Amino acid sequence: MAKVAIPPPPALPWNARVGRFLNGKAFAYLCIAPVVIAMSVLIFYPMIQGILYSFTNANDSNIGGHIGPNIIPATYKNVGIQNYIDILTNKASGSVQFAGLLMQTLIWVVGCVVFHVIFGVGLAMLLNRNIRFRGAYRAVMMIPWAMPQYVAALAWSFFLNQNYGIINVGLTSLHLAAVPWTTDPNWARFAVIMVNTWLGVPFYVVTVLGGLQSIPAELNEAAAIDGANWWQRFRNVTLPMLRPILGLVMLLDTIWTFNLFAVIYFITGGAPGHASDTIISYAYENPITTHNYGIGAAYGMIILFILMIFTIGYSRAVRVSQGVN
Amino acid sequence: MEIDIPQTGGAPSIVQPDAPAAAKTAASIAARAPRGFRPKELLAGVLTHGALIIAALIAAVPLLLIFFTSLKTETETFSTTISILPKVWHWDNYSYVLHDNFLTYLRNSIYVALLTMAIALCITLPAGYALSRFEFLGKQGVLLSFLVTQMFPAPLLLVPLYLLYVNFHLLNNVNGLVIAYATTALPFSVWMLKNFFDSIPKELDQAGLVDGLNVWGVFYRIVAPLTIPGIAVVAFYNFMNSWNEFMFANLFISSSDQQTLPISLHNYDFATGVHWPWLCADAILITLPVMFFFFWAQRYLIAGLTGGSVKG
Repeated sequence: MAKVAIPPPPALPWNARVGRFLNGKAFAYLCIAPVVIAMSVLIFYPMIQGILYSFTNANDSNIGGHIGPNIIPATYKNVGIQNYIDILTNKASGSVQFAGLLMQTLIWVVGCVVFHVIFGVGLAMLLNRNIRFRGAYRAVMMIPWAMPQYVAALAWSFFLNQNYGIINVGLTSLHLAAVPWTTDPNWARFAVIMVNTWLGVPFYVVTVLGGLQSIPAELNEAAAIDGANWWQRFRNVTLPMLRPILGLVMLLDTIWTFNLFAVIYFITGGAPGHASDTIISYAYENPITTHNYGIGAAYGMIILFILMIFTIGYSRAVRVSQGVN
Repeated sequence: MEIDIPQTGGAPSIVQPDAPAAAKTAASIAARAPRGFRPKELLAGVLTHGALIIAALIAAVPLLLIFFTSLKTETETFSTTISILPKVWHWDNYSYVLHDNFLTYLRNSIYVALLTMAIALCITLPAGYALSRFEFLGKQGVLLSFLVTQMFPAPLLLVPLYLLYVNFHLLNNVNGLVIAYATTALPFSVWMLKNFFDSIPKELDQAGLVDGLNVWGVFYRIVAPLTIPGIAVVAFYNFMNSWNEFMFANLFISSSDQQTLPISLHNYDFATGVHWPWLCADAILITLPVMFFFFWAQRYLIAGLTGGSVKG
């Protein structure tokens, strides 16, 4: 067999070489670099630092820092997993029961997400009908989402005030009993979930409405012709078609709700006792305000751990159910 | 458009090929004919509008109550008899708030929001484009890390970040806020931009490359013009995020000449109690500007989140 001599490729001019470089993977790395660097310095570095703090007794007095030109060295010690043991055995600063916090976190997340889904999907389906004033209804329903969260939370704390809040004043003027919003544990739990439901429904309405509008009308018509009633069409046509969007939105909502403390912080402040406190609101308000950073970081790690387990389990479950269908 | 199914059975819905054309028209007229009194449909309409009106009221009333409270006197807000409207409309609450250093806070907020927006766009646009168009090692890792950052609880980050800011002399400095806001909004912004870019067919890029454009030319002349709504929404998201942010501003800023609008609400939380009319007037002044933008931007926000599959 005759050997075919391959001529060496001609040397490219410099601008062509730069062009080839820029058209390749190097260009992609160049594009992504600023984001990766910024996130490394301002999110992942503090994150690792936080993880390290969770194994120390760092607090306000031993963490070091600057006072004017003087640099004070950090003097905190490694305490191993003592912070985690203290939290799980209820010996951490304050005397709150960890099981209670975990239970309330569960109630809070499940309550909020369930109400979000019920009201969000329900209202989106009503808005998906061909009715008058659809745009106006939709615009007004966006108000809770457009308001800054802490403004909304502050306003609700005013409406829910025991003595002069509009709800209790209204109830007493109708000769009904005032609601003990912050002194009864169950009413306090209900209050924070109610406010967060108010805040979160618009997000679902818009996402689900978008999902509903991308379902081809022929599918529902075909099901109707085949004699499916309203519930059967919802259960077997609408819901499966909504699954991709609803699945993503519910995952994000669960993570966001788990980490949300502004509502609890402003409405009840955890009262009565710590009955309406979740792990995050307690972790924000107590160890951070008492300047026990080691304990605060350990709470943060516990939250992160729970959320990671949840997300892995959730994406498995979603993938499995998709595989079955 | 809904199809009316005649009650006489399923047959008319499937027109037989040999059926005469006249019967076809008659059937469709019969299906469309009754425009008169239809109790079932009327009831459904009333129930739909009723539910939507109640939902709209629940959504809107708190904002109206904040507005009415902003026009009351302080003693009125502590009244134990029900009064929704103020007895006299005290617009002077607004002039008090406006003269209470409001313009400094406003200037800081606008500065922080605009600069955050500009920096965020400069670094998220190339990243979103690269993640949408190129396959490279570590791409899945980067996308996964975006999801993971959504899970980071604030207590874990706040203290280390605070110490980092002490070392970089960024504490008590509006520029420190810009850096914090631009970074924390990064994952969501890049994710949205990637989804917007994904909705532009790659064939357009290839056509551009064939016609002699380089990667930059393809981005600047073909992809970017088609993604203007998406880019505008990411800009708006960053603006709104920094305009509304409370936690970092509260922690990092202590002197009043560097404070942003959200922190100004704290100025009406006196040791003797909250001065609700002033606080509500301030809240209205902070909320209204972003609310108008929001109504324009929300449908595109969702499109970016859900992969551009939303018609809106």
